[in-house]
Amino acid sequence: MLDIQKIRADFPILTQKVNGKQLVYFDNGATSQKPKVVIDAITKYYEEINANIHRGVHTLSQLATDAYEVSRGKIQNHINAKFPYEVIFTSGTTHSINAIANGFASILKVGDEVLVSALEHHSNIVPWQMLCEKTGAKLVVIPMNDEGELIISEFDKLLSDKTKVVTVNHISNALGTLNPIKYIIDKAHEVGAAVLIDGAQAVPHLKPDVQELDCDFYVFSGHKICGPTGVGILYGKEEWLRKLPPYQGGGEMIATVSFEKTTYADLPHKFEAGTPNIAGGIVLGTAIDYLNEIGFENIQAYEHELLEYGTKRLLEIEGLKIFGTAKEKTSVISFNIEGIHPYDIGTIIDKLGIAVRTGHHCAQPIMDFYQIPGTIRASFAFYNTKEEIDTFVEAVKKAKMMLS
Amino acid sequence: MTIKEIQDEIVDEFSMFDDWMQRYEYIIELGKSLPLIDEQYKTEDNIIKGCQSKVWVHGEQNDDKVVFTADSDAILTKGIIAILIRAFSNQKASDILDANTDFIDEIGLKEHLSPTRANGLVSMIKQIKMYALAFSVKKI
Repeated sequence: MLDIQKIRADFPILTQKVNGKQLVYFDNGATSQKPKVVIDAITKYYEEINANIHRGVHTLSQLATDAYEVSRGKIQNHINAKFPYEVIFTSGTTHSINAIANGFASILKVGDEVLVSALEHHSNIVPWQMLCEKTGAKLVVIPMNDEGELIISEFDKLLSDKTKVVTVNHISNALGTLNPIKYIIDKAHEVGAAVLIDGAQAVPHLKPDVQELDCDFYVFSGHKICGPTGVGILYGKEEWLRKLPPYQGGGEMIATVSFEKTTYADLPHKFEAGTPNIAGGIVLGTAIDYLNEIGFENIQAYEHELLEYGTKRLLEIEGLKIFGTAKEKTSVISFNIEGIHPYDIGTIIDKLGIAVRTGHHCAQPIMDFYQIPGTIRASFAFYNTKEEIDTFVEAVKKAKMMLS
Repeated sequence: MTIKEIQDEIVDEFSMFDDWMQRYEYIIELGKSLPLIDEQYKTEDNIIKGCQSKVWVHGEQNDDKVVFTADSDAILTKGIIAILIRAFSNQKASDILDANTDFIDEIGLKEHLSPTRANGLVSMIKQIKMYALAFSVKKI
């Protein structure tokens, strides 16, 4: 059992008033709030050990480097990567995906296929589209059904020896669907394709085990798991990271440089050109420690309760339709009210202190599938409460009354 | 009436409201009463894509005045469009070009015209000015 009041006290922002009302923060799918330990760790880094890493012989540089590498180790343990150098620090999920998609430019040929799912965020569509334009490979889409689940029988049919990459999210940002990634990974490996899992929406809710999943790449952002913005992770299997060329050139990623030839540094530095977000990298470790202390099993059980309660309460509203009713889903409720634009509802409930996401959630193909301009998305975190859901439901009812 | 006079009149009307709810209810009413853009102008060319709500705007010249019609798929956006149309439509191109939108701030709707608000309104004002510019150049 979680002591929610104690947890809430860890998050200074939750006591904020917005438009004169107590903040109800249900936009956790966009970014999570930060506990005091994370905020303090950022300050502490800059006050005590700020220095550039992997370069200096001086003490501060050593301290900062050590802290950065300790954090890498924490993330390695957290996702159960085999080696610390399989964990690459990036600026976020988008950066991670772009790094891999770019790497495949030297591998893919005309006629090869990249399989993406219909449930993807734009950041897991566009880099692959760009890759296909560059290489002449074809982008093939795994379709979805009305419930917002991938049609796995179709996926099976689409797989062939032409398939070189399969890229799917672990959990859909717009609908909350939990995808059967273990099945997808195993099937894709049967035809020799590499698999990238976009874990951006999964890591706030569960602890991925990359060895058990056997995925080739697993990517996520720090800011959705109580860490700062501007830091993310690219996990890659060693053999793939050795095979793919680096994405960016610069300092730190080299072994030797002359005007004739540069040799690249070993992993992970090959993919970490330039001065990274040092504070972000270090503090991401702090955030992961914080979440593990609460425990992902506890988080999951509690968030499931919020999902069930929120779904039940929202469905009391006449004309309300939930998009994304997958059997396996996380604490995301995407919905519309008949005849009312999601933007209007979002604007009115904002006045009542409630933060939700409205719009297409950077997943326009999903909105096109349902033929809607967007949805209102409430995404719950472990620090939210049933009382907040009640406030939210009342606000939606009020907005509905005003708008219809 | 000049644009400024109309704007003052709107500010006056909104000063009757005590709180945001009344203001928003009024905007929703205005949105419902907005004469719709002629279907033939509701084209891809005339659409302004905000990230969230769509706005269509069409301008045409009527003697020395520019007449605007517009629409949106979101009612709050539509209500604010109605206010903008009231201020800017049926005015001389040069007056439209000179006018500003400060009155929106005075009626407490500033945030809706923020460039970061993905509702298409900022682009709509740009489009209104572009029409005015095009028509004023044509006249010369």
